[in-house]
Amino acid sequence: MTDVAMRASAPPAAGALAGLRVVEMGFAAAGPLVGKYLANFGAEVIRLESRLAADVFRTTYPPFKDGVVAPDHAGMFAFYNDGKRSATLNLKHPKGVALARALIGQADVFVESFTPGTVARLGLGPETLRAEHPELIVLSSCNQGQTGPHAFHPGYGSQLSALAGFVQLLGEPDSTPVLLYGPYIDYVAVGYGAIAVLAALERRARTGAGCTIDLSQYEAGLQFLTPTILEFAANGRIPGRAGNADAVAAPHGVYRCAGADRWVALSVWTDPEWQALCALCGIRGAPTAAGRRAERAALDQAIEGWTRSGERDDIVARLRAAGVRAAPVLSISELFGDPQLAHRGMWPAVTHPAIGPMHVMAPPFRLSATPSVQERPGPTVGADNDHVFGTILGLSLEERRTLQRDGVFE
Amino acid sequence: MKVEPPGGEPDRLVPPFVGDVENAERSIPWLAANVNKRGITCDLASEDGRNAFARVASTARIVVESFPPGLLRELGLDEALRDAIVVSITPYGQDGPLAGVAGSDLEVTAASGSLWLAGEEGRAPVRTAQPQSPYWSGMYGAMGALVALRSPVAQRVDVSAQAAMTTVHPPAPVWWDIAGEEHGRTGPFLLGRSNVGSRFRNLWQCADGFVSFAIQGGPIGRHTGRMLAEWMRERGALTPSIAAIDWDGFDNTTLTQPQVDELEAAIAPFLRSLTKAEFFTEVVKRKMLGYPVGDASDSLADPQLAARDFWRTLVPAEGLAPLPFPGGFALFDGERPAVRRPAPRVGEHNAEIYGEAGLDAGALAQLRAVGAV
Repeated sequence: MTDVAMRASAPPAAGALAGLRVVEMGFAAAGPLVGKYLANFGAEVIRLESRLAADVFRTTYPPFKDGVVAPDHAGMFAFYNDGKRSATLNLKHPKGVALARALIGQADVFVESFTPGTVARLGLGPETLRAEHPELIVLSSCNQGQTGPHAFHPGYGSQLSALAGFVQLLGEPDSTPVLLYGPYIDYVAVGYGAIAVLAALERRARTGAGCTIDLSQYEAGLQFLTPTILEFAANGRIPGRAGNADAVAAPHGVYRCAGADRWVALSVWTDPEWQALCALCGIRGAPTAAGRRAERAALDQAIEGWTRSGERDDIVARLRAAGVRAAPVLSISELFGDPQLAHRGMWPAVTHPAIGPMHVMAPPFRLSATPSVQERPGPTVGADNDHVFGTILGLSLEERRTLQRDGVFE
Repeated sequence: MKVEPPGGEPDRLVPPFVGDVENAERSIPWLAANVNKRGITCDLASEDGRNAFARVASTARIVVESFPPGLLRELGLDEALRDAIVVSITPYGQDGPLAGVAGSDLEVTAASGSLWLAGEEGRAPVRTAQPQSPYWSGMYGAMGALVALRSPVAQRVDVSAQAAMTTVHPPAPVWWDIAGEEHGRTGPFLLGRSNVGSRFRNLWQCADGFVSFAIQGGPIGRHTGRMLAEWMRERGALTPSIAAIDWDGFDNTTLTQPQVDELEAAIAPFLRSLTKAEFFTEVVKRKMLGYPVGDASDSLADPQLAARDFWRTLVPAEGLAPLPFPGGFALFDGERPAVRRPAPRVGEHNAEIYGEAGLDAGALAQLRAVGAV
């Protein structure tokens, strides 16, 4: 550890976001993962949900523990909603809406990720809420933003990643584009959503004013593609698929090693790195990167001639020892045993009441004095109703029983 | 404030360049990453340079750095940064077995599992042609800094690019953790939507490129299927297999692979007959799930982005034509944060910023004379 980290880690403090209360209504990833990160650093995050219209991560998206399709067996929900509380409310019941409003009135932040207009129709729109609580911060995250001709067009992350241009940039030039596996752009929007909320909290600390944030997942994603936009606008070229070629480094690729589906990634950025690679694997090529790019196919073949008989991790170790940038292409199962990620505590172990022992994901940045704390997986449906409606809203047991009987907590 | 070595940082020479003219003010990736900043130069290898930097840095609440772990301490800059939140961004993090190991976008993406999941079965994994890990790492660095701002203690934010890229590919880690199933590369197919292991095509050839579309369940997926059948009927392209589907009870999660293949074979010729623009207009009109596979030219022409005043025109450097930059990533009380100024020229704000830190013109001239700025 450096001195900076040592100095600050001395007195362990409460979570950096301790004392912050967040109420969240939404589904899948793009809204709820914002709450996850806030919870990881100490915010009290209350997930308001309904048994009548459950999150698709609870109902539709596998995997489910032991294949049992039930809300509390849903892996995606449990994995990506760690540290939150769950309270159930039927928002089709007028008393449900009133309770939601009361709860949001006691919060600092309200996060929602429904189709534009949904919360306003329920009487929970930012204008209504902030008329009563001007200091409230409301984050609305949706596919394409709250306004504009496509605001009401339904969509999800995998396809929005295609529209934004990510997919067009992935694959071999001689073949079709390929997917970025999942709803990539959603997670970009999660990062910007958390940043937006935290920036609004900073402004509120200075001015006292709340904020209404309209986050378009599409616009968030385009930030990560800015150079491709500029390249087209300035030079008239549309960037496309390039396999693993790079504009600067050569060689720059992924090479097969011994065994089934074992690969090493390596790249050469400087003359000494190139000389080291040549010495290590006995290849020859042009002295400049531009020259090597021109003979890319032959060079890649020569490198793979060296890598394919070797064991992946041994090859990586030899390349690194020689001063060449290299890494194993880790499979997903290997991530859970990777020593570097393990050292950083990337996968905290937790126990879920229905799923049993499982892992959750730590934030990819570590704070030296107020580290993230992850002790609870995503909550079971309504696990915290007593705390939320009893302790926070002060409803008596009898009142809660009546509301339960009337279906308000469905 | 962007701090660079005298002469500018090496990344100023990363191609491509505006107008294909290679110089320190025309690198497109650099211009993209540095709008809205002021810039100074400073030689951290010299004592005068370090003192000048310390003077500026001691006024900052947040300092972001991406040197190899430990370099700030070796340079003796710890004291100047005592009260700042120091955000450190490195390939693998500040400590642990790989701390200090060099890595570029390709290697950290490989070590994150992201590369494993991208590409075609049987072929080498591929990375996004526009490098992504710098954006992810930078985004998480900003998030970390803002979380740290809420704490009364000045502290270190340690961002690992490998860890950052590990967060970008749900649901794969959950499939392994909960179900013991290893997902891999599937090219244009989506995994993880089926309870019986079927995969669904999500990228299709169309008349002038590709579109993103899938057979889906759930209320919107069923609506999409119903609308597709109607659209095919209008065009005289409806096949018996699509016509036979009762969309009200349609459930994609239980379809076997042969069933999925049969439906997809029936849809493919229809999608192949459409242009991207035609597809986009109709899916929006019919409220169906699906989009064309866009590129940079499509983004700039998108009516939704235009209606939300997303693009902000800016002259990127003196003597160049204006270019469209993405505006702020969200609207705050209806306002989009502005793109206020282009990326700085090398040392553009030396006088201004060092002046604010209390160095007068004479002192600055002296630093310049010894090459410290």
